[in-house]
Amino acid sequence: MTKTNLTLAEKVWNDHVVVKGENGAPDLLFIDLHLLHEVTSPQAFDGLRLAGRQVRRPDLTIATEDHNTPTVDIDKPIADPTSRTQIEALRHNAKEFGIRIHSLGDIEQGIVHVVGPQLGLTMPGITVVCGDSHTSTHGAFGALALGIGTSEVEHVLATQTLPLKPFKTMAINVEGKLRAGVTSKDIILAVIAKIGTGGGQGYVLEYRGSAIRDLSMEARMTICNMSIEAGARAGMVAPDQTTYDYLKGRVHAPEGTDWDDAVRYWDSLATDSGAEFDAEVFLDANTLDPFVTWGTNPGQGVSLNDVVPFPDSFTDPNEKAAAVRALEYMDLVAGTKMKDIKVDTVFLGSCTNSRIEDLRAAAAILKGRTKAENVRMLVVPGSARVRLEAEHEGLDKIFLDFGAEWRFAGCSMCLGMNPDQLAPGERAASTSNRNFEGRQGKGARTHLVSPLVAAATAIRGTLSAPADLEEN
Amino acid sequence: MEKFTTFTGIAVPLKRSNVDTDQIIPAVYLKRITKTGFEDALFASWRNDPEFVLNDPAYKHGSVLVAGPDFGTGSSREHAVWALRDYGFKAVLSSKFADIFKGNSGKQGLIAGEITDEDTEKLWDAILSNPGVEITIDLVHRTATLGDLTVEFSIDEYTRWRLLEGLDDIGLTLRDESSITDFESRRPNWMPKTLPALGAK
Repeated sequence: MTKTNLTLAEKVWNDHVVVKGENGAPDLLFIDLHLLHEVTSPQAFDGLRLAGRQVRRPDLTIATEDHNTPTVDIDKPIADPTSRTQIEALRHNAKEFGIRIHSLGDIEQGIVHVVGPQLGLTMPGITVVCGDSHTSTHGAFGALALGIGTSEVEHVLATQTLPLKPFKTMAINVEGKLRAGVTSKDIILAVIAKIGTGGGQGYVLEYRGSAIRDLSMEARMTICNMSIEAGARAGMVAPDQTTYDYLKGRVHAPEGTDWDDAVRYWDSLATDSGAEFDAEVFLDANTLDPFVTWGTNPGQGVSLNDVVPFPDSFTDPNEKAAAVRALEYMDLVAGTKMKDIKVDTVFLGSCTNSRIEDLRAAAAILKGRTKAENVRMLVVPGSARVRLEAEHEGLDKIFLDFGAEWRFAGCSMCLGMNPDQLAPGERAASTSNRNFEGRQGKGARTHLVSPLVAAATAIRGTLSAPADLEEN
Repeated sequence: MEKFTTFTGIAVPLKRSNVDTDQIIPAVYLKRITKTGFEDALFASWRNDPEFVLNDPAYKHGSVLVAGPDFGTGSSREHAVWALRDYGFKAVLSSKFADIFKGNSGKQGLIAGEITDEDTEKLWDAILSNPGVEITIDLVHRTATLGDLTVEFSIDEYTRWRLLEGLDDIGLTLRDESSITDFESRRPNWMPKTLPALGAK
């Protein structure tokens, strides 16, 4: 039976089926865009070489260096020999297989999920994959964007397709208007706290409702980026005028009649009015506070105005045990006001929040204010182009005058594969996406926050909202 | 890939939920460009704790992990599966797996079998009352047997078939190459295209 009313995800899916799976076999889907970085690709290229296979579509493939790259002294050879080896392997593989690469020092180098949209390669209605779970970011354009493992990277390189099992669909309805100081980061942290880190498992999430429509593309990318933190395979937002305005004129965006054809197709992608989702979640934007995490998974979050929760407040025994363990690791006492938590470091960056809009929002708060003593603030733009754009606007000066470090582009302290790490026991307010044990350095403690909360926290030294600055 | 039918080995109780892939293998170990030799990296941070289950001599040579819900969440790193495999694990049982981890497991011949929360508790109790006890994973019948206790696990039918046959995904897909070529010829012109590699002819 063919459904007549379809969701956005189902439409994109159906239009990419190369071979329909029978008897429980997955559908074979065509992949329109494959993004590569140095960490999850070397073993895939090795696999190709061993099997004597070529890259089927180098023209649908692009590579950049981000996870391992240093954010200082980028004109010098990479100090860490293992990081250097991995980056050299990517350069070698790109050359051997004829793939365009944006290396350190290139204007288009940067975090892979910042680079794709910035170039206009990420478009509505396409399928995007990358050996990185935060590929979900690209769903903000109405693309079906999936994080994949290295075996799948090899599969896409060799065939430009992936065998995929159909997903269930979940609508995340966010209605209302966000209050001042509340951002899309707070929406997604609240969603994850509500449905849990496994709540989206098996689903493609579609973010809908007036609050989502009001968001910029950057803000939508922040939300879709963290879909994976709710366990979802992907997150999507239907394309609209905001999407088209962002895309138009970018290097790889279609032009002339191609643009008109594309828009006609993109306009047809929105979920049909009679379509049914397998699950629905509702969130009221009007009453949402800035959201922050207290624990060691992204689902362990509360309003910034709240307190560190008591483990006994969780009915699920696994959640209760996880809370006990998290409080111990985070060195927090239940009942402590979130706003009383002191931090050592503030990190503004990562594929979640390192776009020009994020930097502008933080700079607007920091401007003319003084950094809290003993707090270190690291600002890492998402791409070389974002860095240049920020410098053109004078944002770098605001950050430097404030006392923050102004770095070169990369994943940096989000996962600490380069030297940007927290020391054991250090506590950070971080605009990144994961607060796992040891994520930002061995023994490091992470609170996930929005760029606005990051900025206010750097000023006060304790987890803070911009509104707290006005009270003083 | 080797065919998988049944396997018997020491069961390891990992009584934690939300075991994310940063715990299974911390990022510092992802710099290697090989696909093997990750055994030292498995649970590297937790293994510093003398109380960690794999530091117990009874479980040191474990090969079937019985873990809490939401196993393998977070990063897509297939290195997590390679580290488990290189250490000697052939199967992980949990009531809930993250999607990408489950997919990666299937590609590498590691069984990710879903069991109920109730059966997880039963298995934990049985293992803890007899540390070092062996468990048999039977992929043909989708069962895990430990002494008198047999629990059923689920794994999607296609993955199970591939593992039983030891089939390689890319080889399977290339059987449909003419369909891929046909699909490519129908793609609209506005679709994205990257620039040629610098220096390419």
